[in-house]
Amino acid sequence: MGLLDPVAGLGRSGIGFFQRLGRAHLFLLGVSRGLGEALRRFRLTVQQIHSVGVLTFVITVVAGLFVGMVLGLQGYYTLVDFGAEESLGVLVALSLVRELGPVVAALLFAGRAGSALTAEIGLMKATEQLSALEMMAVDPFRRVLAPRLFAGVLSMPLLAALFSAVGVAGGYFVANGLLGVDAGAFWSQMQSSVDFFDDVMNGVIKSLVFGTVVTWIALFEGYDCVPTSEGVGRATTRTVVHASLAVLGLDFVLTALMFGN
Amino acid sequence: MTFARGNRVIFDQVNMDIPRGRITAIMGPSGTGKTTLLKLIGGQLAPEAGRIDVDGQDVHALDRAGLFALRKRMGMLFQSGALLTDLNVFENVAFPLREHTALPEPIVRQLVLLRLESVGLRSARDLMPSELSGGMARRVALARALVLDPMMILYDEPFTGQDPISMGVLVKLIRSVNDALGLTSIVVSHDVPETLSIADYAYVIADGAVVGRGTPEELRASESPWIRQFVRALPDGPVPFHYPGPDYAEELFGIEEGGAPHGSA
Repeated sequence: MGLLDPVAGLGRSGIGFFQRLGRAHLFLLGVSRGLGEALRRFRLTVQQIHSVGVLTFVITVVAGLFVGMVLGLQGYYTLVDFGAEESLGVLVALSLVRELGPVVAALLFAGRAGSALTAEIGLMKATEQLSALEMMAVDPFRRVLAPRLFAGVLSMPLLAALFSAVGVAGGYFVANGLLGVDAGAFWSQMQSSVDFFDDVMNGVIKSLVFGTVVTWIALFEGYDCVPTSEGVGRATTRTVVHASLAVLGLDFVLTALMFGN
Repeated sequence: MTFARGNRVIFDQVNMDIPRGRITAIMGPSGTGKTTLLKLIGGQLAPEAGRIDVDGQDVHALDRAGLFALRKRMGMLFQSGALLTDLNVFENVAFPLREHTALPEPIVRQLVLLRLESVGLRSARDLMPSELSGGMARRVALARALVLDPMMILYDEPFTGQDPISMGVLVKLIRSVNDALGLTSIVVSHDVPETLSIADYAYVIADGAVVGRGTPEELRASESPWIRQFVRALPDGPVPFHYPGPDYAEELFGIEEGGAPHGSA
């Protein structure tokens, strides 16, 4: 009996994991069915875009600026050895639009807006607001969850674009203002090397995927949490951990699909 | 109706009639499934066996649209009030109207103010839920539950945690709202004096079964030891004061396993 306990425990956690995965997919299906209503009543979605946008705007701008400045510095010290510092604009822009913009913005989004969404939905569950909506013949999936998912999906590319734009500006400030890289070379090389479809659109697709996954995880964790203060706290932590890992894992898969031969 | 959670049977072939136009109380100790019963009536949970009819409709045979149509005719007052925390008092009460009707704004305003006036909170319409006391939150929730003119209203522990004044207000409101609007009310509670003071009929449930039923007078006069203990709030009786366990004297002075009594040399 005792000998088999670890095996039984492993089995239980395996079953628990797959049950939860199943619930998460059914949840996504339920929320997706409400997306039509989120479109029809777009005002609800706009409110949520405003809410998650405001939550994440400042940290996205600040983080984007610093990441761009660091890219400018590191890139310069590497490129200058080869006399290629005029390609700094290309390095900064490609790093940002292909990778760092979508990924870091998604990580910030998971930490700031994702945790807030989980806490909000978890507290709505704990304080019986979701049950009250059901009893008022209002479907929480359509009225509460779908507009939030839609808002997350739409906000993410905007935030990633903002991150990249501020990052490029930060990189330019360091390159031109501090290190004396020629402004014309910085911008013209960037313009000729960054492709709209291969680079910018792939970045947009990445951020759409990240926005969907992060918001899905955040909403599901809130909806599925144990409705106590401890349960909501644990769910919030899980959101940040799972969403961050999902973003990094998916980034590898998407990069391999988009840029691999 | 029978309902179980896992292996634990919450209701075992329970049978109840809720008369139309009256206040029916459902009482019982904590953890007997009173709130679960309301969720079963509202279709949020489904029974394992048996059926629940509301106004002639089998609640659990309805599709989602049918269930939602029925719920529009039911109001439910949650223990915490369950107000939407991002909306103020006015918008909380207006919420069902905005979701289910296309009434013009002046009519919505009139209906909301009418309901808020009936619970005494017309002038609190601009407050946020976080600015309300527990009693006020429940009154706002009552106004919200009434705004679509339901035929039936379910109260989940309306008196729990209230100060005497708030409790008196809620007791008066439940009775007056029921009589004025001709509602059918179900009050789930373990606050015996308050509940019996307004109920027309009451059920007492324990251990998954109905252990008593009758008018408040019949329950107060009941000879059943269990009902007597519950209605008179006696600390000991069929529901023991002590958590079940080994004998006290034996545990205090008993013999240790394979050894001498405690304290012996």
